[in-house]
This record gives sequence, C-alpha cells and structure tokens, in this order.
Amino acid sequence: MLAARSLCLERGGRVLFQDLSFDICAGQLWQVEGANGAGKTSLLRILCGLSRYGFEGQVLRYAPLLYLGHQSAVKALLTPRENLTYHVSGEGRYQHEQVESALARVGLYGYEDVASHTLSAGQHRRVNLARLLLSDSALWLLDEPFTAIDTAGVADLQTVLASHVEAGGAVVMTSHQTLEVRCEVRSLNLSAGMSA
Amino acid sequence: MTAPGATQFCARLLRRQLLLAVRRPVEIGNPLLFFAMVVALFPLGLGPTPDTLAGFAPGVLWITALLSNLLTSDAVFRSDFEDGSLEQLLLAPQPLFLSVLAYIGAHWLTTGLLLAAVSPVFALMLNLSVPALGALVASLLIGTALLSLIGGIGAALTVGLKRGGMLISLLILPLYMPVLIFGSAAVQAAVNGVPAGPYLAILGAMLCLAIALAPLAMAAGLRISIDA
Repeated sequence: MLAARSLCLERGGRVLFQDLSFDICAGQLWQVEGANGAGKTSLLRILCGLSRYGFEGQVLRYAPLLYLGHQSAVKALLTPRENLTYHVSGEGRYQHEQVESALARVGLYGYEDVASHTLSAGQHRRVNLARLLLSDSALWLLDEPFTAIDTAGVADLQTVLASHVEAGGAVVMTSHQTLEVRCEVRSLNLSAGMSA
Repeated sequence: MTAPGATQFCARLLRRQLLLAVRRPVEIGNPLLFFAMVVALFPLGLGPTPDTLAGFAPGVLWITALLSNLLTSDAVFRSDFEDGSLEQLLLAPQPLFLSVLAYIGAHWLTTGLLLAAVSPVFALMLNLSVPALGALVASLLIGTALLSLIGGIGAALTVGLKRGGMLISLLILPLYMPVLIFGSAAVQAAVNGVPAGPYLAILGAMLCLAIALAPLAMAAGLRISIDA
C-alpha cells in the first residue's frame, strides 16, 4: 500500500533517520517507536505527504490514506455530528444513521448535537475515532492516537485497529504504549537507528 | 461508501464554512461595522459640506471596502490551520484548487456580498448621487470577490505565521491597487453620467483571471505553509 525508499531526514544538524526503507502491505500493523524527538511525527508527515521537502528519499502511495495528527481537526463551533458530516478530509458521504451509530460506538451518544467546544480533549479524540469507524481508507496513519483517551477507549481503539487490519487494511501508528492487539505488531524503531 | 466528487465536496465545504460563519455572527458583523465607522470618519475629517463629500465618495467607499476586506482576509484559513483541519484538507483526494475556491466563495458571501448590499446606505450618507448607486453595488459585487481571491493568496502564504497581519497587508495591498482603480473609476464614471460598463467589464475580466489563477497560488501557498 505504501513503500518508503531510502528515507533520510536531518533536523537542526542531527540525522534523525537515514536510509530507511520499508513496505507496508495490507493486513499489517506497524508501530513506530522512538524517544521524544526521534522523528516519529516527521516520519508520519512524510509518509502521508504533508511534508514534501526537506528530506531525501521517496514515498510511493498506492492506497487512499487517512491521517490523524496531533491536532484533532475538530471544529469547536460545530457539533460532533456536523464535524463528521462536513469533514474536510473529503471522505465518503455518510448517512445520518451511520454517523449516529459511529458516535454512539465511541461513547458520544447524547453528545451528537452539542457544540464541540463544550466537549473535553478526550471527547474530541473520540470524534476522530468515529471517523476511523466510518472511514473506507485502506491505510491509516495515526500519530499518537491514544493521547487523552481513557483506558476503556484505548482498549476499544485497539480492537478497532485490529479489525481494520484483519479486514485487509493497514495501520501505521506512533505510540509509547505497548499494544495489546490480537494481530502481529511490526515495530519500526527510530532510536535504534536504521533498522526496519 | 465512495468519496464524494469534487463538486459535492465543494458544496460540503461551502456549507461548512457558511455554518461556521453563522455560528459566529460577530465575525460577519465586524467588517460591516468597521465600514460604517470609517465612512463616518470622513465627514469629520473633510468637513460636512455635501459637495466635498460627494466628490470624494467613490474613492472613500471603495478604499473603505478594500480595507474592511483586508481585515477579514487573514482569518480565511487561520482557524483551520490552528485546529489541524487544514492538514486534513490538503490530504483530501479532491483537487485543492476547487476546495480553496469554496473557502473563498464562503468568505465572499459573508463579507463582500453583504458589504455591497449595505453600501448604498453609506453612499447616501456621503451624498453620492443616486444614479451612481447601481454602479457602486455592481462594482463592489465584482470587486470584493476579486479582493477575496487576492486576499486568500496572502492568507495562504501567511497562515503559518503567528503574526501575519502586517505581512499580509504588505503582500496583497499592491495587488489590490488595480481593483481599486477600476472599481472607483466605475463609480466615478456613473457620477459623471458616463457609462460604467467598460470599467465593470475590466473588473469582470480581472475576476475571471483571478478565479483561474488565484486558487493555484493559494493551493501552493497552503502546501508551503503546512510543510514549514
């Protein structure tokens, strides 16, 4: 779905990673590991195509992708329902019921129509989880998806990730937590240097 | 569940932006209030003689409209940049060209269109002759759309900066000048009893050019801003 060819990134005189090559295929879950500042977010931004300059190497993308960054991209003035219906990522046209059940599934039942600025950071994250449930993109690039989400939510998210992978999708995520999923987790360690 | 087509996506963005604008009516009201305040300053500065005011009216109205547009341009992409929506927009499979056009369309509907609609009231305040009102509204309708498109380029380039306000003025004011020249000339022509049509036609031609080219510049500007 995605192939990285000899990626090399240098920031402020430090080489974060070099000659990094890997292929991400359907049915794989990759966890990018590394200390703070190891270049995990930079790598994801390069993979999804937001960073187009300042690095060497090549990224080949073969599948529609969904990227969740540090910022939740949830509009404070819109309700969770509107946030999903009018999402700027240009994904599918969701039916009313689909949005409703996705929001209920992530524990936002009863919050569909309240303004998002009254919701907590964790609830904003959960709106994004609902986006994952609705998404039909095959490749998910998730930057610290567990941030601000409670224990139950983390477990729930891991189930969602596993079922996406089992359904033939692929996930690349950064996290400092140990994943407890029923599928194999491939790890990409940036601190260790060039391994892949 | 397939991804929406480009036009559907544009319609979705347009509705989203309009909804956001309606949720924050102050942002719609402020440029109009600014317009009213600045227009009210001129009789104080130039003296309240009706003839003097009428002479300056086309220029005064147009410069004020331009400044009021300049004030709002900065905000077109700012909140989306801050909450991460802009990243998502750039990753959308639909062409960014049309998406930014939808943003500008929404911006124009909530600023320029309203400004053109209320401008006759302020024109009468400045004693602009009644036959010139039509030319004023027409020139503002076309002109503010043009200003929004040009302002969008500045907004896209400066959205990554903490304080882009001054820089955006320096970047886009020179590009505003041709619009001001032909816009106020159209009103002036109508005041003098000459047909305003040729000036409006030139404004229209510039608008066509801007619709074709400005989104390219905005898209490139946004990609640079997000990459930095």
